[in-house]
Amino acid sequence: MAGEGELGERLRQLPAGAAVALKLDPTTYADSYVLALNAVMRDVGGEADAHTIYVSVTNPAALVWSIAQALDVPGEKLSFVDAISHIMMEYRNPLPNATYIESPRMLENIMLRVEYLLRKHPGTKNIVIFDSINSLAIHNSTEILSEFLHILLNNLKSRGVLSILLATADESDTPIDRLLTLVSDETIIVRARETSQ
Amino acid sequence: MFLSLTESSSKLLENARTFEFFRPELVESGQLTLLDVPVIYDRLGLDHEELTPEEIDLLLQVFDRILTETKAERVVVDSLTSLTYRIRVEERIRDFMLRLNQILSLHRCTTLLVSEVGPQSSRYSAHGVEEAIVDGVILLGNYRRHGDILRVLQVIKMRGTPHSRAQYVVEMTPIGLLLAPHLKGAQEVEA
Repeated sequence: MAGEGELGERLRQLPAGAAVALKLDPTTYADSYVLALNAVMRDVGGEADAHTIYVSVTNPAALVWSIAQALDVPGEKLSFVDAISHIMMEYRNPLPNATYIESPRMLENIMLRVEYLLRKHPGTKNIVIFDSINSLAIHNSTEILSEFLHILLNNLKSRGVLSILLATADESDTPIDRLLTLVSDETIIVRARETSQ
Repeated sequence: MFLSLTESSSKLLENARTFEFFRPELVESGQLTLLDVPVIYDRLGLDHEELTPEEIDLLLQVFDRILTETKAERVVVDSLTSLTYRIRVEERIRDFMLRLNQILSLHRCTTLLVSEVGPQSSRYSAHGVEEAIVDGVILLGNYRRHGDILRVLQVIKMRGTPHSRAQYVVEMTPIGLLLAPHLKGAQEVEA
C-alpha cells in the first residue's frame, strides 16, 4: 500500500520496463486518483528524458489535462491517446497534445497511437498510463483485453517503457483482478488520506 | 518513379506534403519522378477505349525508354487495374504483365503494383493473372468488428524470403505506415 509521498519514490525505484498495477481505493477514489497522477506524471514523468503517454478511457483527455495543469505537469512532457471523447461526442476542441480514437473497442488503434507517440518522443524513461483497465473492460471482452495487454505490455517492457495500469481496488478474484495479476510485475494499492467532507 | 493513373501528380504531391516522411527536395533533385500516364496516352494518341496489340507494344517501349532515361530503381504503378483496364482480352493482359515484368527486371527495378480487388473477392488481383506473375502479394483491406472498421494488411506471398502470414492492423501516420497485431479475442465479421 502507498500513500502520499511514498508512491513516487516506489515508482522511481522500479526497473526499466516494469508494468505496475495501481489499484485505487474506492473509498477515497478521487483523492487516490490525484495522488496516483501526481506520482506518475510529476514525480516520475518530470524526470529528465521522460515523456508520459496517457491512454484515457475513463475521462476525456481535456479533463485529465486540467488536472495535470493543476499539478504543474509541463505540457511538453505529456501526450494523450484519448479513446473516450469521440463516443461521448466531445471532440470539437481537440487538445494539441492529444490524438483521438473513435472507440475504446479499437484496441489495435490504441497500440498504434502509443507506438506513434513513442517514436515521436524517443526518451529513455518513457511512461504509458492506462486509465483505466476497468473502463477498457466495459467496452471489451476479457479475452481480447488480455490479448491486448499481453502484446502491448511485452512490447513496452522490451523497450524499457514503464507501464502504469490504473484500476479500482475492488474485491479480489474478479476477471480484471486475475488479468492484472497476470500482466503486471507489481501491484500497489493507492490510498489517499481521508479528507473531511 | 511514380506512374500515376488514378489521380494527377499535382494532387498526389499535395496529399504527400501532409506527411512528415515526404521529402519534397527529392522531387526537385529528380530522385523522385511523378508521371501522369494519361498524359503519355495523349502524347501517343491512345485516346480510344481498347488498346490494340501494336499500341500495347508502343506503351511498353515508352515505359522502357522512361526507365532508361530516369535510371529508376523503384517504381510504383498506381494502379495496375487502371493500366490494364484498356486491355480487354485476358491473354493480352497476361502477355502485357509478363513483358512489363521483363522490362522492370532488366532495369533491376523493385516495383509496387497497386491493384484493386472487391471486398468479398477470393482473388488477389482484378484479373487473377497479376498475382501469379509477381514475386509478392500484400493484401490491404478492411475488417469489421462490432461496427468499427479496422484497416488490415497481410503478406500473402513473398518469393525468396520467409515472411509473416499473420494479419496486421495498419495506420498511416505522419511518420509512415505503422503495424500492430490484429487481435483475435473477439468474434469478427470480415467487411
